Amino acid sequence: MPRELFERKIKQIQDEILLLGSMVEQATLDATAAFKNRDIPTSITLVEEDQMINDKRFAIENAILIQMATQQPLAHDLRLLASMLIVTNELERMGDYAKGIAKNTIRLANREIPTPVRDIEKMAELGVSMLHKALSAFIKEDIKVAVSIPKEDDEVDTLFNKCYQSIVNNMIANSKIIDDSSLLLWIVHDLERFSDRVVNICERTVFIKSGEMLEMSSNDDETE
Amino acid sequence: MKEELSNSTIISAKNLSVSYGSQEAFHGITLDIPRNKIVAIIGPSGCGKSTLIRCFNRMNDLVPSAKVSGDVFYNGQNIYGPNVDAVQVRRQIGMVFQKPNPFPKSIYENISFGAKVNNYQGNMDELVEKSLKQAALWDEVKDDLTKSGLALSGGQQQRLCIARALATEPEVILMDEPASALDPIATLKIEELMQELKEQYTIIIVTHNMQQASRASDLTAFISLDRTRVDDRVGVLVEYDLTEKIFIKPAEKETEDYISGRFG
Amino acid sequence: MNNNHQSDFRENLKNRHTIGKWFYIILLACLLVGLLMLTALIIDLAVEGHAWIRPELFSNYHSRKPEQAGMKSAIIGSLIVMALTGLFSFPLGIGAAIYLEEYAKKNWLTNFINININNLAGVPSIVYGMLGLAVFGRMFGLFSTDSWLVKLLHLKVGEGTLSGLQFNLFGISWLEIHLPFHKSLLAGALTMTLLILPVVIISSREAIRSVPNTIREAAFGLGATKWQVVSKQVVPIAMPGIITGIILSLSRAIGETAPLIIMGAFTYVPFLPKSIWDQFTVMPIQIYNWITLPQTEFRVNLAAAGILVFLAILLTFNAIAVLLRKKLEIKW
Repeated sequence: MPRELFERKIKQIQDEILLLGSMVEQATLDATAAFKNRDIPTSITLVEEDQMINDKRFAIENAILIQMATQQPLAHDLRLLASMLIVTNELERMGDYAKGIAKNTIRLANREIPTPVRDIEKMAELGVSMLHKALSAFIKEDIKVAVSIPKEDDEVDTLFNKCYQSIVNNMIANSKIIDDSSLLLWIVHDLERFSDRVVNICERTVFIKSGEMLEMSSNDDETE
Repeated sequence: MKEELSNSTIISAKNLSVSYGSQEAFHGITLDIPRNKIVAIIGPSGCGKSTLIRCFNRMNDLVPSAKVSGDVFYNGQNIYGPNVDAVQVRRQIGMVFQKPNPFPKSIYENISFGAKVNNYQGNMDELVEKSLKQAALWDEVKDDLTKSGLALSGGQQQRLCIARALATEPEVILMDEPASALDPIATLKIEELMQELKEQYTIIIVTHNMQQASRASDLTAFISLDRTRVDDRVGVLVEYDLTEKIFIKPAEKETEDYISGRFG
Repeated sequence: MNNNHQSDFRENLKNRHTIGKWFYIILLACLLVGLLMLTALIIDLAVEGHAWIRPELFSNYHSRKPEQAGMKSAIIGSLIVMALTGLFSFPLGIGAAIYLEEYAKKNWLTNFINININNLAGVPSIVYGMLGLAVFGRMFGLFSTDSWLVKLLHLKVGEGTLSGLQFNLFGISWLEIHLPFHKSLLAGALTMTLLILPVVIISSREAIRSVPNTIREAAFGLGATKWQVVSKQVVPIAMPGIITGIILSLSRAIGETAPLIIMGAFTYVPFLPKSIWDQFTVMPIQIYNWITLPQTEFRVNLAAAGILVFLAILLTFNAIAVLLRKKLEIKW
């Protein structure tokens, strides 16, 4: 069998990426739940556990570099390995967003402020579901699924705009809560970026298969 | 790709086929070699890569059973035309072979041989020095040009053969797996040399080494077995494009399979 | 698991080594037998002949008195015949070899020629003697007084010992031509040329064939014509082998007696030949002559001395060939 060893190594790396993905998904959902419940102890644990995500990212990166050095990948194999490196980086940044939410929960402590909790929860659920589908499509190189996911990012963007407006309105109405409310802005911003990065993963999936770099930005202008 | 080629073509093969007796080596190859570029020819063994480049300098004439059909144009002139002398073609299209094959003579005589047989009238010492410098060998041998060519190391011998080919002041240099008998350092020296030479010459290199083709060439031609002829081993041109394209995003699945090592 | 397979190997070391030792002894014995016989022969010759290796052996002609007999004319005759033979066979042999190896198409005709050349190398030398006599010595009788050619062209032919046609080429005094060649050095040399020519061709072809094809390819690739490739690369590289082949052929020919006897090399030649048209004798014939004489001094001593001188010259030839080969050899 030509390149059986190489194929096995690639499969191993792909499994690790899926594992990293589920770690990120879990961290995001846990951080959002902890925020909703103002659960400080859990948030503290989540901040520490981000180190595991970073470690795993470096382990995967190292494995990919070893394959590049020793197997001289070309064409599709080259695009695959390069994309896996980039996607691993995206996942690690997404893990940082989960950490960010947990940190802001700790900063918010028990102080009560008007919060669009429902919408924030929805943004997190959508983002995680998008990530799950996108990673599966990435591993399977399924372009059809990959190009269908950015639509859901539009929904996230809509929720983001709604939350942003609501929080700003609250800040205008009550200047005493500006400091704490600005922490909320960071949280919804992180969740919006989370979904954008999922779109990047979908772009990479198309690139592996076709060699074309397709920009799949959503219809709304991004806020950064 | 088209822009690369319209930058004047120096050698052009049109529907070229070669058979040895009744056995066809390759069939219907058409490709254009642009001036001052390095073109790599890759593909599995036995598909006619060496045979192809030997058409460009009419070395196949030396094999009695070889039959060449189709045309090869060099600077617009058909080198298989009726009034063309193969000897003259070979002065202008030089060749370096797989195993270094210097003559059992001194370094000086090795280089001057090509010039002498072609009746060179100029200053021979200057020609020898210039050729050795172009082949990046001058500094290593300048102290004793009377030393036998066979006393050099493998990598040096191959550079001597390159200098020898350069001494006839060709326009094109054909290289048939020039580094396959050399160690990695000597191989890299040859590849660097090729980059320097391409400013003045056009280089066509046959190589089995995928990494060499991707490192060293501007364009790559992939020649493989004709899938429509299951009982024979006949070569055809599968894909010919910029090297970057072939090695990152080849158009043909066969090319992709071959360069990823998933052939067969 | 290992042990099961190990016991299948009944190595039998002691027996195998013993058989090897015995064969070594047997092979050594084969060599020694040959060497011993050769040594015995040389010692025998030396004992019988050493006293007779004196200046007279080299300065005198043959005489009826053993004390005054020498082999001067034989030595000179042998050397001149060998020189002429080398001179004739060199261009003919090389030329034929070059043509057969580099130019001739590999078809049935070339094969046929090659087979015949190989066969000719094995023809007994006496046949060459008869051939030489007919072609060179007598020229089929074309120049005798009653031949059709003489009658047709009204040639003036002499009779008796001066029979045949004699004239000067282009009127030049030293370009004498005698037809037929009779029993001259020229005829003898030409006959020997025919004798060694097949071997010279074969060994030259081997030498040419051993030139690596990569050299030819490289030379062609540089734009050399076929003749340039052959003359400037192939032949110079093959030359050490060619020359060695010729010298070895000559050293074989120097001992050929039968063809020259038939050609008419005399046994009693009390003079040194002054031109190629003169009669001659050679060492083997002189030695043979001495062996047939009744006196012990001739039969045993002088013959032994003559053989020793002959062997010395022969070994010198071979030594030259070996030295030349070593000096000119190309270390790839």
